[in-house]
Amino acid sequence: MNTHAQLATYNFAYLDEQTKRMIRRAILKAIAIPGYQVPFASREMPMPYGWGTGGVQVTASVLGPDDTLKVIDQGADDTTNAVSIRAFFQKVANVAVTTSTAEATIIQTRHRIPEETLKEGQILVYQVPIPEPLRFLEPRETETRKMHALEEYGLMHVKLYEDIAKNGHIATTYAYPVKVEGRYVMDPSPTPKFDNPKMHRSEALQLFGAGREKRIYAVPPYTDVVSLDFEDHPFEIQKFDEPCALCGARNVYLDEVILNDKGGRMFVCSDTDHCEKRRAEGHVGHLAGEAPETAQ
Amino acid sequence: MYVAVKGGEAAISNAHQLLADRRRGDRSVPAMTIEQIVEQLGLAVDRIMSEGSLYDKELAALAFKQARGDMIEAIFLLRAYRTTLPRFGYSNPIDTGDMLIERRISATYKDLPGGQLLGPTFDYTHRLLDPQLKGDEVVDEPQSRDAETGHTPRVSEILDQEGLIEGDGELPDDHRTGDLTREPMEFPMTRDTRLQALSRGDEGFLLALAYSTQRGYARSHPFAGEIRIGEVEVEIDVPELGFAVSIGRIRVTECQMVNQFKGSAKPPPQFTRGYGLVFGQSERKAMSMSMVDRTLRATELGEDLTAPAQDEEFVISHSDNVQATGFVEHLKLPHYVDFQAELDLVRRMRSEFDARQDGAEEQGDNLEAAE
Amino acid sequence: MTAQATHSSAFQGGFANPVFDGQSVFRQVMNALARPGMKTAFDGLTEPPSPLIATVGSIAATLFDHDTKIWLDPVLSRNEAVAGWLTFHTSAPMTRQTLDADFAVLADGTAMPSLESFAQGTQEYPDRSTTLIIQIEALEGGRDLRLTGPGIKDFQTIAPQGLPEHFLEQWAGNRSRFPRGVDIILAAGEGIIGLPRTVKIEIGS
Repeated sequence: MNTHAQLATYNFAYLDEQTKRMIRRAILKAIAIPGYQVPFASREMPMPYGWGTGGVQVTASVLGPDDTLKVIDQGADDTTNAVSIRAFFQKVANVAVTTSTAEATIIQTRHRIPEETLKEGQILVYQVPIPEPLRFLEPRETETRKMHALEEYGLMHVKLYEDIAKNGHIATTYAYPVKVEGRYVMDPSPTPKFDNPKMHRSEALQLFGAGREKRIYAVPPYTDVVSLDFEDHPFEIQKFDEPCALCGARNVYLDEVILNDKGGRMFVCSDTDHCEKRRAEGHVGHLAGEAPETAQ
Repeated sequence: MYVAVKGGEAAISNAHQLLADRRRGDRSVPAMTIEQIVEQLGLAVDRIMSEGSLYDKELAALAFKQARGDMIEAIFLLRAYRTTLPRFGYSNPIDTGDMLIERRISATYKDLPGGQLLGPTFDYTHRLLDPQLKGDEVVDEPQSRDAETGHTPRVSEILDQEGLIEGDGELPDDHRTGDLTREPMEFPMTRDTRLQALSRGDEGFLLALAYSTQRGYARSHPFAGEIRIGEVEVEIDVPELGFAVSIGRIRVTECQMVNQFKGSAKPPPQFTRGYGLVFGQSERKAMSMSMVDRTLRATELGEDLTAPAQDEEFVISHSDNVQATGFVEHLKLPHYVDFQAELDLVRRMRSEFDARQDGAEEQGDNLEAAE
Repeated sequence: MTAQATHSSAFQGGFANPVFDGQSVFRQVMNALARPGMKTAFDGLTEPPSPLIATVGSIAATLFDHDTKIWLDPVLSRNEAVAGWLTFHTSAPMTRQTLDADFAVLADGTAMPSLESFAQGTQEYPDRSTTLIIQIEALEGGRDLRLTGPGIKDFQTIAPQGLPEHFLEQWAGNRSRFPRGVDIILAAGEGIIGLPRTVKIEIGS
């Protein structure tokens, strides 16, 4: 059996050229119709569906030998799935990798947008589990497709307003729906709504890949991305009462770290690169030096 | 370029080393060979090929071994390999009428041209554990006779002579057979693509759906018109030669369910059909598939839509076990950013709730004081 | 031209390194559509037979394959060398119906059929539309056009030479059909300009 020899050889960036062409054509359509979900014939990838196969296929289709890749999960470069995806691209594309947001030409992310403002020429690739913002209101693809076609988004407004009626505020904290360039309602992927404003007129190209659901969508640079809201209940992002305990940053998204079983906790930057950079610059949080070791 | 990583990489590498250790198990026990799996666990290999949609026994056996016997993991391994293979072309439709039959039964006729052949079946075995199988007992050679070559008509062809069963139907000339591994899925699906999805679908899921139709959730009155298992020729057209050449033989299981149908506004009373075809020997899967196929034709046949098994979008969107397991298991991945957002919201809603409760109590106290 | 000559030119002039050349051309095309009006230059990585220019040959080699139907304008479809080269290097099937085309390649922009005659996609699937690749004389030196829309910070000025007649009226109609509509890549020897269906084009700078 010569299977071993066959299995050992993969094309650059894993995908075969025909697959890349198919995905590339879908990306071009996605850019031309911002916020519209382009169906594509997603491939089985060597990692499970739901673990970033859409983002990986998009990255593999745009990535070239001159790129520098950064992969984050929950804002961090060292979470296991980010490590795994980064190692995958190092292996199959021998591409340069970095943890620095500013140095990266392509950033693949799950659940966060980096704190550092992205620049022209950068590409942010989102891993998307459920690309359809209307899916939890209407489970049928045949129906939601019609709703997008007719620009019929009343149901979404009703849902958000019901939240307000019941709770006094909108009870959606992540995957908060946005409207792109005044036309398509889009799921920003499960990023906290804290990150939504970063999408608006971003200098970077934003590409979204949903492997299991077989959809690609995009937001070109300098494109309007507006979080849905109401005049009497304007969109608001999360606010944290205290700064990052390690670097002292305010106005960033924080993770709550449990320190002991007596209710002790600290809040630290979810964006590890941002936090490290600030600490290197000499910023000090009130608990710096007491950070718990990452588990082995 | 060097990347400072704080634990993830080492943890992953250690975990995989432990996995390899557990896979191998006690080193004093001989390692299983691929040949042993192919020869002695053939039905597992068949299911992996079928749902992995790649006909290669050795690779399926390798996947089974690598997956430590976890079927869905093995199917996933095979699929991930399949997707990297170049497409040289599409075969012509296989002709199961010309099958080299090993098993063939019909529940609708006592006897029929070509006869009933029980073949290698668990049917009529008494399910008593056999202690002899603990060792390597000598197994007698089976009885055999020379294969009958030529055409063995399918039950559907026999019923068709009376015009009592719906025909095969004609596809438009320009119809290109669908391939959901190459084109995005779209609902409603064409039947060819839907059959492909069902053939790759999870055996357990299809079994449960088929069972639900028998228990009254969209009853479709099925009879096992015919089940046949055996080898068929796979041919591809070679344009340069101008004729088709055989590229090999594969074993398949085909099931045709025959369903009573009272007729509706469009078609007259007649028998209708559900179709199942899978790689290897898997009667349970082929039967379930044919029942679900028939049930999914409800809209086409003008039947009332009342049950989950009739809902194409529901059935097809959830039949793929590789997709399903990936998404269910992705809940293991860190979600702490979103959880933090929810934690913040619940804390806030809780303090609002408590404030309202306190307010109501205070108001109550005041009322009491006033009385 | 002899049959022999036609064949030899059809087999030659493809990407020297399909994997990396395709990736680099794709990134240029992607940037062009993500940043409408921004000129992107790329090296002539292919050598297609005239009148097809290298820029367009490279785009074809990057995006066309047997899953995409190609419509060629009369100048190109009459040219056996061009059709042969495209078929050999991309395996893409040709179509005579503008409405069926995934891509349309035009060497003579002045004789462009109306944009509405190409596939527009549907309201449900606006992506099922034609992308036009139009060869023009030059990316600069023409009348100033002012572009606004997604991908453009404030506004972007372009001055392409050799645009089809009535292009601005055609484009306004195309834009009014959003999200349906076609996307256009203007190509000249020195590079390309992308015009996705979202971009608004006005006269002036």
